[in-house]
Order: sequence, then C-alpha cells, then structure tokens
Amino acid sequence: MSAYVYSLLAIIGINVMLAVSLNMISGFCGQFSLGHAAFYGTGAYAAALLAAGGSTLPLALAAAVAVAALLGVVVGFASLRLRHDFLAVTTIGVSFLFVGFVRKQAWLGAEMGISRIPPSGLGNEGNALLIVGCALATIALSLYLRRSWMGFAFRAVGDDEDAARSAGISITAYKLAAFTLGTGIAGLAGGLYAYFTQFIVPDSFGFIVSVMLMAMVVIGGTGSTLGVVMAAAILTLLPEIFRFMKDYRLLVFGALLILVVRFAPGGLAGIGRAVLAKARAR
Amino acid sequence: MSYYLDLAFNGLVFGCMYALMAVGLTLVYGLLRILHIAHAAVYAFGAYVAVIVANGTGSLALGLAASIGAAALLGMAIYRALYQPLLAYPPYVPMIASIGLLVLMEDGFRIAFGEQGLTFARNPYPTQLHELAGLTVNTVQIAIVGAAIACVGLLALVAYRTRIGIGWRATVSDPAMAASFGVDAIKVRYLNFAIGSALAALAGALIALLNNFVEPSMGFVVSYKALAVIVLGGLGSLQGTLVASLALGLVESYGTIFVGHFMDRDAIAFLFLIAVLIVRPQGLAGLKTA
Repeated sequence: MSAYVYSLLAIIGINVMLAVSLNMISGFCGQFSLGHAAFYGTGAYAAALLAAGGSTLPLALAAAVAVAALLGVVVGFASLRLRHDFLAVTTIGVSFLFVGFVRKQAWLGAEMGISRIPPSGLGNEGNALLIVGCALATIALSLYLRRSWMGFAFRAVGDDEDAARSAGISITAYKLAAFTLGTGIAGLAGGLYAYFTQFIVPDSFGFIVSVMLMAMVVIGGTGSTLGVVMAAAILTLLPEIFRFMKDYRLLVFGALLILVVRFAPGGLAGIGRAVLAKARAR
Repeated sequence: MSYYLDLAFNGLVFGCMYALMAVGLTLVYGLLRILHIAHAAVYAFGAYVAVIVANGTGSLALGLAASIGAAALLGMAIYRALYQPLLAYPPYVPMIASIGLLVLMEDGFRIAFGEQGLTFARNPYPTQLHELAGLTVNTVQIAIVGAAIACVGLLALVAYRTRIGIGWRATVSDPAMAASFGVDAIKVRYLNFAIGSALAALAGALIALLNNFVEPSMGFVVSYKALAVIVLGGLGSLQGTLVASLALGLVESYGTIFVGHFMDRDAIAFLFLIAVLIVRPQGLAGLKTA
C-alpha cells in the first residue's frame, strides 16, 4: 500500500476514535458537547511536548490520555451544574478558550505550533497500524459499554435524569465517568495525531473540528456506535472524493449536512433500522 | 483617564452590536428552543445586501432598507424550509442543520462575491468624528448605539403595548394555552424570525459601514459570541440578553488590554461566560430552577 493510503487510514482511524468517544458522552450519556476538539488538542500538545522532551512513545501517549481526561473531568463538573443548551454553549466556549489560550503561549509555540516532533520510530505503516488498532479497540469498548451496566446507567442519565436519580443511579458518578472516558480517548487520538503528523498548530483543534465531530455523531445516528463509525469514515473521505470540486467543497459539505439532517434526522442508524424493519415486515 | 473612557465607549458599541444580534437569537430560542447558529449567516447576508444595493443605487438609505427587508424574508424562509420540519426532533438535530446552513451560506458568499470581500463605494461616516463629553466618536458608532436603543425600545413597546405583542409573549410562555385563546402560533413564529433577522441584518450592515468591509466569514465568530450572550443572559430572557450584551462588550474591551497577551479576544469572552455560569448556572437573569 502507498503512503497516501496509510495516511488516509490513519486519519480515518483518528476521526473514528474521536467520533466514537464523543458518542459515549453525547450519544450514550446525553451530555451534548461541542468542545471535543479541545480534548483532542490537549492530548496532542501533551504528547508533542513530552516527545520533544525525549520521552518514549508509551509514556507520551499515556500522558496525553491523562491530561485530556483531567480536563474532561473539569468540564464534566460543569455538566453537573449546567443542563442541555447551557452545557452546549459552555462547551463551545471550551473550544474557543483552548485555541485562544494556546495561540498566545510561547511555550506551546503560539500561532506557529510545535514542529519537529520526533518520529514514533514505527514508520508510516507502523503508525497507521497502531492508529487503526486503537480505533478498533475504541469501537470494541464502545460496543461492550453499550451492553454493560455502565452503558445502561449512561442511557438512564441521558434519557431522564430525575427518573435515573430516583432509581438510585448516581448522576454525578456516571456523568463524570462518561466525560473521563470520552475525553481520555480523545486525548489518545490527539497523541497519536501528534506522532503521525509530527507537526501541530492550534487551528487543527478549533471549533470547526468540534462541529465536524458532532456532525459525525448526528449523521451516524446519535447513540449508535456502528452508525457513527460509518459516518466518521464517510465524512473523512468526502473531501477526498470531492477533490475534483476544489472550490465548492465546503458548499457541498454544508448542503449535505442540511439534506441528511432534513431528510434523515435519525442519521445512518435510523435509515438502517427503517430498512431492517421493512425487510422483516415482508 | 480618557483612554479608559474610550475603551468603555468601544465596549458599549460592541455591546450594542451584540444586543442587535442576540435579540433575534433569544426570540428564536424562547419560542422554539433552537440554538439558531445560522443567524450569523443572516447577519453577513444583511451586510452584503446593504453594500451591493448601496453601491448599485448610490443611496445608503435604500441599501439599509433593502438589507432589512431581504433579511426578514430570508429569516422566514429559513424557518419554513429548515426548522419547521425538524421541530419534533431533539434540539441538536435542527442545530446541526443550522450549522450546515451557516457553512453553506458563508461559502456561497465567497463563491459569489469573492474571497477579498467588498467595500462601500462612498462611505465617509467612519471618519466623521464628533466630540461627545470628552470622547471622540464617529458617526457609525453613534448610529450603532442609537439603532440598538431604538430597536430594543420599539420591540419592548410592541411586546408590551400591542395585541400582537401580547399574543407573542403568551405563545412564548405557554404555546398550547395561547393557541386555545386564539393566538396563531405559526404567525407568531414567522413574525419572530422576520424581526430577529431584520435586526441581525441591521447589525451586519452597520458593522460593514464601521469597518467599511464585508467578507464571507464576518459572521462566524460573532454568531458564537451572540450565543454566549444569550446563555449569559439566561436563555430566553430579553432583559438578561441586553445586560449580558453590554457586559460582554465591556469585558472584551478591557480584557483585551489587561490580559490580551495571555489569551485572545474570543477566549476572554468565553472565559467570562464560563466564570459567570460557575457562579450562576442559570445565567444573569435566568430563573432559579431545580
């Protein structure tokens, strides 16, 4: 396989990790977050700093997970006090705050970002395999989570907090668990991204990226792991497919977003379920 | 001293612009519980129409009128085509559609009118300076503050003193009850989008005059600031929105001077939002719930 294919695989893998982890927070647990890219960026910067400081790959990736999850717990605490739309706009704030802060910090490379991140030592092929492996593990975790007691509790919290509380489910514990888990995986994706590109700038983790990730979740079908994986892969490949349109790429993307939401508000998972139901009825 | 006064006035001008934007968002949120992100595209649309018509006809008044009228129609069309079919779904579904529309329209402006943006052919107003209580201000700044006061005053008058306004407020507080008293909820929604969009267009056109410049992405950051404003104000509260607009304008204006080396203007605005929400999760004017 060529380097191009490996890099495509790597980017799809990273986006799958990000979208599936966001789906744990927003789809399973119902905490609408538009700041997921900030945790992705936190992981990337943590790994980049450590790698540039001479740390080994596993240590840098572990640090990426830890720092992002720590920030995730902080935002998770905000979700305990804020509900629904308040939380959505606050997480938009987290996105802007992250980029606005990093841009002005000389020790984080400011606008220029961090370049010359040392290679992981695995080569193109090894990087792509590592990322795809992590993505598959994330998917497996998400599928398992859905069936586990924790996934059940997440859904209860997402559906109706008061009912969940009266059933004896600790809202605090499960909301924080969802944020910790989801943002930790985003941090890992960030660390992998830093090693993969060896060059990061603040704008790679801006609000647009957060929106794109939320679009993957909604288009895939909120709460459906496989739907979200498909949407992440498709939305990542779209710009490549539409390459021939050059100038009209964003226009087409916006139009597609509207059309999918307008005519299939349940996302790909909704379409899938409808097709299955029809096949069974026959 | 006068430096700090200048900053305060600058903040006030931005606060008034945020208010013109945020009132429309609050109206939409209050009625439909949708975060109407595409409002920013309406703002940019208003600016483009104003520049194009003003340059075409040579009359700025005509440009402003066309901008306000066209935006009101656009607002109603957005409701009809985009939001109405999605009202039955959870609020993030129309929100994603709204983001899609913003991306689509911004890119549409870029393709139709070019990346470089447009300028007014004749625009002496930003350089007409006036002395006002020790401050040096230009005509457009006065116009922005004046327009915000006039529009909000007029809106308050309509909302509290007319039959339409009473029906409108009734629909916001209890749609089913209002409908049973004969208020046409659908008409109220169209009115809502028409008024909110007209105000956004006015804000866009005035900012275009102030900077003598319109560009495709001019609405982008403003839209999220306006979202921050309505959350800060307590979501759906008109008074809270106004207070929050002015507060945000001032905080940004002073913040850029004092902590500008530490984070950029947008980050300051959202840090302020988060700080306020930690203390008051229901926003500045929101009612205490739960």
